[in-house]
Amino acid sequence: MSTAVFADEVVTEARVRYLRVPGLAGEIALVTLDNGHDHTRPSTFGPGGLASLDAALDEIAAHTPAPAAIAVTGKPFVFAVGADLSGVPAVTSADQAREMAETGHRVFRRLKDSAIPTFAFVNGVALGGGLELALHCSYRTIASTAVVAFPEVFLGLVPGWGGTQLLPDLIGIDAAVTVVVENALAQNTMTPAPKAARLGIADAVFEPADFLERSLEWAAGVLAGSVAVSRPEVDRTAWDGAIERARAVVAGRTRNASPGAVRAVELLDLARHGVDGEAFTAGTAAEDDALTDLLTSDPLRASLYSFDLVNKRAKRPAGAPDKGLARKVTKVGVVGAGLMASQLALLFVRQLKVPVVLTDVDQARVDRGVAWVHGELEKLAARGRLSADRLNQLTGLVTGSLSKDAFADADLVIEAVFEELSVKQQVFAEVEAIVSPECVLATNTSALSVTEMASELEHPERVVGLHFFNPVAVLPLVEVVRAERTDDATLATAFAVGRALKKSCVLVADAPAFVVNRLLTRFLGEVTSAVEQGTPVAVADRALDPLGLPMSPFELLTLVGPPVALHVAERMHEAFPDRFAVGEGLRRMVELGKTSVYSEPGVVDPDLAGIDAGDSPLTGEQVRERAVEALAQEIGLMLDEGVVQAVQDVDLCMLLGAGWPFWLGGISAYLDRTGVSERVTGARFLPRGVASLPA
Amino acid sequence: MSSRERPRPLREVVFVDGVRTPFGKAGPTGVYAETRADDLVVRVIRELLRRNPALPPERVDEVAIAATTQIGDQGLTIGRTAALLAGLPRSVPGYAIDRMCAGAMTAVTTTASGIAFGAYDVAIAGGVEHMGRHPMGEGADPNPRFFSEKLVDESALVMGATAENLHDRFPHLTRERADAFALASQQRYAKAVANGQIGPELVPVATRSAEHGWGLATADEPPRPGTTLEGLAGLKTPFRPHGHVTAGNAAGLNDGATGCILAAEEVAAELGLTAGMRLVGYGFVGVEPEVMGVGPVPSTERALARTGLTIDDIGLFELNEAFAVQVLAFLDHFGIADDDPRVNPWGGAIAVGHPLASSGVRLMTQLSRQFAERPDVRYGLTAMCVGLGMGATVIWENPAWEGTE
Repeated sequence: MSTAVFADEVVTEARVRYLRVPGLAGEIALVTLDNGHDHTRPSTFGPGGLASLDAALDEIAAHTPAPAAIAVTGKPFVFAVGADLSGVPAVTSADQAREMAETGHRVFRRLKDSAIPTFAFVNGVALGGGLELALHCSYRTIASTAVVAFPEVFLGLVPGWGGTQLLPDLIGIDAAVTVVVENALAQNTMTPAPKAARLGIADAVFEPADFLERSLEWAAGVLAGSVAVSRPEVDRTAWDGAIERARAVVAGRTRNASPGAVRAVELLDLARHGVDGEAFTAGTAAEDDALTDLLTSDPLRASLYSFDLVNKRAKRPAGAPDKGLARKVTKVGVVGAGLMASQLALLFVRQLKVPVVLTDVDQARVDRGVAWVHGELEKLAARGRLSADRLNQLTGLVTGSLSKDAFADADLVIEAVFEELSVKQQVFAEVEAIVSPECVLATNTSALSVTEMASELEHPERVVGLHFFNPVAVLPLVEVVRAERTDDATLATAFAVGRALKKSCVLVADAPAFVVNRLLTRFLGEVTSAVEQGTPVAVADRALDPLGLPMSPFELLTLVGPPVALHVAERMHEAFPDRFAVGEGLRRMVELGKTSVYSEPGVVDPDLAGIDAGDSPLTGEQVRERAVEALAQEIGLMLDEGVVQAVQDVDLCMLLGAGWPFWLGGISAYLDRTGVSERVTGARFLPRGVASLPA
Repeated sequence: MSSRERPRPLREVVFVDGVRTPFGKAGPTGVYAETRADDLVVRVIRELLRRNPALPPERVDEVAIAATTQIGDQGLTIGRTAALLAGLPRSVPGYAIDRMCAGAMTAVTTTASGIAFGAYDVAIAGGVEHMGRHPMGEGADPNPRFFSEKLVDESALVMGATAENLHDRFPHLTRERADAFALASQQRYAKAVANGQIGPELVPVATRSAEHGWGLATADEPPRPGTTLEGLAGLKTPFRPHGHVTAGNAAGLNDGATGCILAAEEVAAELGLTAGMRLVGYGFVGVEPEVMGVGPVPSTERALARTGLTIDDIGLFELNEAFAVQVLAFLDHFGIADDDPRVNPWGGAIAVGHPLASSGVRLMTQLSRQFAERPDVRYGLTAMCVGLGMGATVIWENPAWEGTE
């Protein structure tokens, strides 16, 4: 492969040493994979790394006397984490993509076909191509603290350097489906070493303190015949059932909208023919085809763009002020003791480990809120997530008070009271009378104006929005809202707190419903209005399936809760009456106290009969078109209004706050590649090549 | 008055087993150049436990690890850090100990005394010195009074210079005798390796090299098997022009770690641990710092006097060879020939190396293994000189002795 393709590759060098091991007559050729950086930059394989491994194997083949075994291990704490994806943007042709696939296969296969026994000593994390390298070896040891995973399907790829063929042949198809497909689609769940060994991925587990010494000793034992390696028999009759299960997982998690997941299942299916000789050649050729197609596809580029946003932009929020301006937060007040407020109290105490005081209007509510937090802490302790000492500490830090006087020495007070501007204004006025002038006042409002909330205060510059998403413990996004008069110190403190809470913060302007709720409300509004004009609920609710969103529109409505959805919709209607309607059906749901349009799966609640009684029904395709065009329009307007710094922040919000999938690039990549953004706004959101194939 | 009513009998202490890492040459090209000192100790502790599965880890009552320079990877109370890193239960305590070259030896006598007294049943004692990462005297800040009040001569802090001083004191201990002794050390070591006598006590250590990849240390790096008298005679005398002490007749600068299991004899029996040696007694004595190498003479006299033995009772000697002249001074004092086969039969530190605080347990491990081969020998002695003018001697009895009282 031309070196120009991966000009900036951090090359993982394969370094060979010939070791004398006690109890072994010959030598073991030990290959160390090391990219010259510490563990924060794990070793990966680009063309240079593969060439280095190839050269190392050449050298070993030429070495006399021939070693008794070849072993591969990693630099401290890391085995190898797979292909170097940083070079993918430069892969522009199918030929280049195929060469990348074939080179990995060719080099790794040298280990599988080696006449000399081969060992992988998996000393640390082994992902993707790293794990595939290990699977090509005759035997594997693993450090007890290591983890392994195939993140490819999570990224929209396939484990295409032999992984889809070798893993099922080693551990059986059902476990392979779990590792390759199910885990990857469950937030990229990794497999810890002990479990990897139970599955048969590794033959022996050793503690890290003397992992390499024990691995070499074990290898010597295997070579001498004094250590027996037993592996479970692979059940060849299990294929059909497991593949069916894999298809169901992919359909459930992606609606088959991610080509990588679909291709991975096809490849796993093919592995039923085993990995001997011609069968393996055929299997790896199929992997080459899949990788070639996927590497030159827009959804993969969108995934890599998403991955980059989540891993880089989310950690360095655009527009955030200098970190040095942040003030210390040593005590937190929470106004309100309802479920949202209690969730916030739990999050603050767990992550900040500072006193958290809950207040509310009556003692019973306060007590209930505090008891809920204490109960959640107990549950965490019962699950082993908190030590007894930590439980005591955190429990003691959470208290309740009827009087806001308890906030006197707080550095941050967040309110989560009823969504009514006047109520919130009054709360902030009462708090301001007690706290220091520097105390940050934060609101968790989902749709009210933060600027108006601050308008009557003596120090409006200390007010900021911290918009969390429900469930607070799970969703990683916080929209940090800069109101008109919010000062940099307040904003910096908000970002610092967000980071300390282990959330990803995105800076947003004080615009109605900020980013996530604005887009979800607009989108949901289009679907509900389609229903009101006569589209059957079932048609409308399934119309977005081809995008592979994590839930259908009406499932989303149930998650958000119709009252919250109605509140936001009303607020948006006030702000933008032309684009945001308040559906009658939604009002009816709230009036009737319904949490879902369905009374049971697939059956519209009889009490809501007639919500789709209009006379101009749309097809699913028309609903989808309307919904995605509405999204494009709304994003265009948000960018014009300066709600975010760039469209990347909209995407980051949808990825982290709504769980929208990587292959849509949040959403802008999808809108660009389907031509919707150009049709609606006259231009793409992102230039070609950023979240799509280059021009 | 104490209300204690239990009697306090002294208990016999046994040396159960000893291991060590292969010794390396200190410096950027040495085998351990990129390996941490604490990791060397961790390997030793884990190997001791692996080789003695009858010892439940929670029965270890103390981990005493010596190091001369107790900073960086040899700091932070290395006995405790190594115990934690080795995976011993958290209930097992540890501490760091320092008597320079006699560090591990002192770790043994101190924990053994605790066992005899009844405070411990089982202890791990050992030492480490990574002289590549911690050059001799690193961070030292000698009090200026040492010199202003002439408490010591300036040469007292330079070990090679103290060895030259010893040649001055004993002019008949010539450079030729020192070189001949050094050559014999190399030859005896090589023979012991060839016979498989040295090797079984070694713990293989994975060695990191960013440039070359992982390696595995399985053999000592310092020995120079090709040494000849002519070669030795041609070496420079870095501590004094036209002096006596050379790189060839002294121990080098080395990296390595050692460790051993000590137990009350009755506890060893209860657990089914085999005893390699039984502790008879020990002595530490100070001498003039300018001639620290003579230290083992008075410390041995004291140990013999306190145990009621004479030098003739000792059938095997494991003497640390910091400098050939310093061993010769010992032999000369006790009327033992330079080439007596009872003395360092498997060679000594001149060949194998001397990672300061670790060496004491190397001597003991070696003596214990010789005891097993020599049921005709009842008593053995381990001794070494110590910087700032001290000697250290520990006398051991062979449980395999087949004689009669």
